[in-house]
Amino acid sequence: MVKSTITFGPQHPVFPEPIQFILKVVDEKVVLAEPQIGYVHRGIEKAFELNDPKDNIFLAERICGICPAPHTTAYVRGVESLMGIEAPPRAKYIRTIMNELNRIHSHILWAGLLGDAIGFESYFMQTWNYREKVLDAIEKISGHRVTYAMNAIGGVRRDMTNEQLRGLEKTMDYVESSLENIEDVMKDYTIKKRTQGIGILTEEEARRDGAVGPTARASGISQDLRTSGYDAYGDLKFEPVVVNNCDSYGRFAVRWQELKQSIDLIRQCIVKMPSGEILTKSNNPMNGEAISRVEAPRGELFYYIKGNGSKKLERVKVRTPTFANIIPTVTMLSKGCQVADVSVIVLSMDPCISCTER
Amino acid sequence: MGIVEKSRLKSPWILHYDCSSCNGCDIEILACLTPYYDIERFGILSKGNPKHSDVLLVTGGVNHRNKTVLKNLYDQMPAPKVVIAIGACGSTGGIFHNCYNILGGADKIVPVDVYVPGCPPRPEAIIDGVVKALDKLKHLQNGTWKEPETGPIVVETAVGAKPAPAAKYANAAPAPTLNSQPTNKEA
Ligand code: SF4
Repeated sequence: MVKSTITFGPQHPVFPEPIQFILKVVDEKVVLAEPQIGYVHRGIEKAFELNDPKDNIFLAERICGICPAPHTTAYVRGVESLMGIEAPPRAKYIRTIMNELNRIHSHILWAGLLGDAIGFESYFMQTWNYREKVLDAIEKISGHRVTYAMNAIGGVRRDMTNEQLRGLEKTMDYVESSLENIEDVMKDYTIKKRTQGIGILTEEEARRDGAVGPTARASGISQDLRTSGYDAYGDLKFEPVVVNNCDSYGRFAVRWQELKQSIDLIRQCIVKMPSGEILTKSNNPMNGEAISRVEAPRGELFYYIKGNGSKKLERVKVRTPTFANIIPTVTMLSKGCQVADVSVIVLSMDPCISCTER
Repeated sequence: MGIVEKSRLKSPWILHYDCSSCNGCDIEILACLTPYYDIERFGILSKGNPKHSDVLLVTGGVNHRNKTVLKNLYDQMPAPKVVIAIGACGSTGGIFHNCYNILGGADKIVPVDVYVPGCPPRPEAIIDGVVKALDKLKHLQNGTWKEPETGPIVVETAVGAKPAPAAKYANAAPAPTLNSQPTNKEA
């Protein structure tokens, strides 16, 4: 059989971001996929050492414009543990709300992009229309749609008024009802045809390749860092969403249920919201090493932070969920999928290249 | 105006390339295409093919690896064409200006016509930038384009905000000109 090589990317209509896959194909079947990265590498980890630790919050936020909340949460939690301080309870709840809003907007965004990759344009348009309401809610709380800079070292920068909390409740009702409107998509024959049995990753493979987040949870691995109870998650009631489909459809289903879970978590936060301070001020030196892990929309986000007692940090290492999910994606692609399914498979793990390459 | 010139202005197609942005600007561009902001009412469609496109939107600062990709994409687009730098990063390198792999804004590699500052700019500002660029496209097409004395075109991002001096966004490089670009008439 003749093997031919197809390069997929870096500028490709279905990917909003540049990544290249070099596909070795026999007829229509992909037998090997090699990811090529580096198109969006900036060198942020080095820049962390050059700036003031307070300014680094804005840098951490801009590692990924889709999930700024988890990135800043992980960073400030690491710095806080270096300083030996803890955020007040109200600040923790506000952080949790922002993280969950972030998850909702990210999952809706992903659902739309999947529709786009399948060729279901109107679904993409509808989901993104609903997503705007979530962004509006974020803007009302923080003052910005995308990069909201809510976290500060020792707490959060803005308090939420009762009015904002009530408004948030209304937005959640709206989002819930609008998601019900488009839930039929999950039962649609064409969508099932395009996703079921496509991009199979068995539980064994997921463990071997180190998959994280919804990709792992769709392969039957119950792994969700929120159960470790950081921030306010310890007080909230929830179970990780796990399905056993092991394919692109499973990953779709996990995210769909997580949307509902996040809405529920925000409602719980609103009810349980404690009163009090939102910021613990401290000038403690940053000395030693800290590890902080946060469940981002795409999976486990890991920060390693090292300080040497001076005004600047010595080293910050970031390991993002997409980085962990690249090897599982290569496993999925190399099983002999069709070239037309490559975009669906790659999108099904929700790639975020800009945070992977930093 | 012939059918080609007219359709180019009434339905310009955009090509979006993510140089090394943080995604913030990219999702705002995508948000422009969706029903809430609906850039399609200007006939604007997003296309993945540089040979079909009239307007290039660049987000993020240029790095050592993607500079050739950006140049290639620009060269493949048919003239007349306009380039819009989206966001602080696309304009100057923005918050990543001191990262070792960042060369600067998109104007280090391709001539930029309109700058849309903001981190990320609101979709309204992006739409404004595209509309301003279309005006330039019209003049380029007719061969009547004159470089404004105030420097490159910069979109005002906040209502009532004083526009920053244009030179600040020009990255201290000489204002890029597209006068040398062949218009369709000459070609
Ligand atoms: S301008 Fe801001 S939002 Fe846009 S790519 Fe740069 S850092 Fe991200």
